[in-house]
Amino acid sequence: MAIELTINGKAVALDVPGDTPLLWAVRDELGLKGTKFGCGIGMCGACTVHIDGVAQRSCITTVAALNGKDVTTIEGLSEAGEHPLQQAWVAVQTPQCGYCQSGQIMQAASLLATNAAPTDEDIDEAMNGNLCRCMAYTRIKKAIKLAAAGEVEANV
Amino acid sequence: MSNPSVQQTPDRTEDAKGITRRGFMIGATSAGFTLAFIPSALLTATPAQAMAENLFEPTIWYSIAPTGEISVNITKAEMGQHVGTALARIVAEELEADWADIRINHVDTEAKYGLFVTGGSWSVWQNFDLLSRAGAAGRASLIEEGAKLLGEKPSACKAENSYVIGNGKRISFGDIVAKGDLTRAYSDEQLAALPIKPRQDRKLVGMQTMATDIPAKTNGTAVYGIDATYPGMVYAKPMMPPTRHGSVVKGVDDSAAKSIAGYQQTLVLDDPSDTVPGWALVIADSYHAAQRAARVIKVDWQAGPGAQVSEADLLQRGAELLEGTSGSLVVENEHVDHMFQAANSVLQASYTTNTVLHFQLEPVNAIGLEKDGRWELHTGNQWQSLILPTLGQALGVAPEKVVMRTYTLGGGFGRRLNGDYGVPALLAAKALGKPVKVVFSREDDSRFDSPRSASVQNLSMAFDADDQVIGMQHAAAAGWPTAAMAPFFLGPGANGEKFDPFSINGANHWYDVGAHRVRAVMNDLANETFRPGWLRSVGPGWTNWALESFMDEAAHKVGIDPVAFRLQHLTGKGANAGTAPNSVGGAKRLAAVLQRVAEKSGWGTELPEAEGLGVAVTFGQERDMPTWTAVIAHVHVNRDNGKVTLKKLNVVIDAGTIVHPDGALAQTEGAALWGASMALHEGTEFVNGQVRDVNLNSYTPMRMADVPDMEIEFVDNGDQAVGLGEPATTAVGPAIGNAVFNAVGARVRHLPITPEAVKAALA
Repeated sequence: MAIELTINGKAVALDVPGDTPLLWAVRDELGLKGTKFGCGIGMCGACTVHIDGVAQRSCITTVAALNGKDVTTIEGLSEAGEHPLQQAWVAVQTPQCGYCQSGQIMQAASLLATNAAPTDEDIDEAMNGNLCRCMAYTRIKKAIKLAAAGEVEANV
Repeated sequence: MSNPSVQQTPDRTEDAKGITRRGFMIGATSAGFTLAFIPSALLTATPAQAMAENLFEPTIWYSIAPTGEISVNITKAEMGQHVGTALARIVAEELEADWADIRINHVDTEAKYGLFVTGGSWSVWQNFDLLSRAGAAGRASLIEEGAKLLGEKPSACKAENSYVIGNGKRISFGDIVAKGDLTRAYSDEQLAALPIKPRQDRKLVGMQTMATDIPAKTNGTAVYGIDATYPGMVYAKPMMPPTRHGSVVKGVDDSAAKSIAGYQQTLVLDDPSDTVPGWALVIADSYHAAQRAARVIKVDWQAGPGAQVSEADLLQRGAELLEGTSGSLVVENEHVDHMFQAANSVLQASYTTNTVLHFQLEPVNAIGLEKDGRWELHTGNQWQSLILPTLGQALGVAPEKVVMRTYTLGGGFGRRLNGDYGVPALLAAKALGKPVKVVFSREDDSRFDSPRSASVQNLSMAFDADDQVIGMQHAAAAGWPTAAMAPFFLGPGANGEKFDPFSINGANHWYDVGAHRVRAVMNDLANETFRPGWLRSVGPGWTNWALESFMDEAAHKVGIDPVAFRLQHLTGKGANAGTAPNSVGGAKRLAAVLQRVAEKSGWGTELPEAEGLGVAVTFGQERDMPTWTAVIAHVHVNRDNGKVTLKKLNVVIDAGTIVHPDGALAQTEGAALWGASMALHEGTEFVNGQVRDVNLNSYTPMRMADVPDMEIEFVDNGDQAVGLGEPATTAVGPAIGNAVFNAVGARVRHLPITPEAVKAALA
């Protein structure tokens, strides 16, 4: 039986086995490739999406639990990549390889939704589960603070 | 020293940067003009003749369309270094192009583009002069032809912002391409005579800019290899054999998988290239179905060599090999033995490092397929030219019958210099007669990694009665990636034995130490057990750990401050004077960055209890391409539990001309933190022929909360542009080790630095 949920504002019926991770459903069934596969055990954060507005690891979230839920992926965070965090990410020139950055941005968006002015410690705590293998951490933190302060301007 | 681009085509004479003596040609085509290399022989023909006779199959750098759009072709992989931006800036600078007109085109493999390799921190170094000349040749032609169209003399015209301007009139590059005849050929001599801008006239090189690849990496639209799809493709997940080499599949029991929706079959691969021996692929309609099936499929293997090998075995074997005199003499001055016999005292120490994983975040993956009589491999890769012959061998076709389609890389770090992961995709596509997408799970990726080998090193230094250094020996044993994957790159030692330069670079340092011997030994057990890999910096990751820890120990032995001791031996005399253009200034430039970082970091000032500064320097990857780098690390050590906290890294680098300053800074930030992560947070062990840590539950790279403060400074000079992707990686570890010693007196000689090792050294 298909699982009915909302993804990026659209009603979707997923006809896949219930134990299918949301990650593979959005990537391979729905073609939303911005959400990435990194570790498969919920420890790198590359697959982070919002479920009912809260950051979750889609690689360890099965679709069976999602009937009636509201899922947002990086593609649905803003209309045209103009979310303050996305603008800040560009202004700070944050990504290197970029593979983790959808997850970093989704995690940061979830943080800012509940804490509009996070301290360095708040950011460390919220973001520590998101691995950046290029180690662009200082720029991730800088971009979050820039977005939180509402002061996105190109810094280069 | 061998050089980076002498590749598997020994019939071609190439200079240090992989360039045959060929001229440039500008060919006018219906699509615009392209600027390219051609063989020198063709320069005797007229360009029009060459074009007409279809002889024009050159290496193409850039083209200008009649619309004015300038497309710069990039053969380098984009893996986070924003390489397209840096290289296109070099072209645009000399072409006098408006940066807004530039498009970056990461091309698929074709012979006309020449060598495809992205590594060694070579990209900017290899291409700076070449692309400058390519840009200048285009500019000169556009001015000539533009002047004609404007009715002016070329000498009265100049190029600016994609226009040729003269006597108050102007015409756009696009219009010149549309209306003029730009067909030209330039000989080497003519190219060398083209004026290249003096540093003070540059408008793009060295100026800040936004990297062109970044916006797509913030909204989910960047396309990595793992995002590729192809109509009709099936998914495959590997079943990893017990050993990297020599495994054989004896049987497969997939009875429990038959009821899994979407499961198709388990395919045992027959690989003529012997890249993936003992491999089976679980084939399914979806990746999830392949994963589900893989959990219940049983494969019976006969294991190959190394099935019982442990990390301790690897280190033990390395130590045994160093006991003898085997291996290659990479540096062999006269009278080394004599100096050690005559010495008043000798300092000796041994250093070791554990195996390290790449753990690039995008697990390796590839789509293989056949189309129109050619095989295609869709994947992100760093050294296409190396793997193409292997792909051809696996398929039983000529390498020209295989094309690699280019994608953004979700991390390279040297993992994707080795394209072995492409082989199973093509073998499966051939066996099944349809496109196959192979995706490695994280655990598969770790087990199939070509990790940085464990290493063992013995260092010794001879002192005279006045404590002056009169001799030094450095011997290193490790797995040799280049022996495993690119043996044509092995260099000859003084004793005729070959060595892997990537396993020993760094030991051939710029210090004056009297009679100097460097010996490189391949750890045969490592190469038998796994495929050693090139991992960000490769050998300097261990040679500098040993060398720079040892220089500190030597300084302490003779009672001299470690910065002062290094400076005493960085005089820039004799063999360390350097040569133009790459290493002009020699060791004095290393001394300069060392002095600067010491000034900036408060070297010599009092610190709180259990805190310390530690210093290390490196010349980066190669003596022929030195990136002069100095690091001071500031640590706190918890005496009770041995935990090291990295508080700050101060880095000063002289990389000559910096093309893309913010990109250079980002690369250095990442490289420095990689060094810290490998020193304090990473490292694994072989257990029964496999790496023990295969996912993040036990492999623990640095996270945000562990990041130290960083201050990074580039020396601003106009010297030869060198590389920046790796150098900072290798000085950070020894700087931390030396800082631990200065904080609490504990000398650690093994990477990673564990709390247990620090506690043991304190006791």
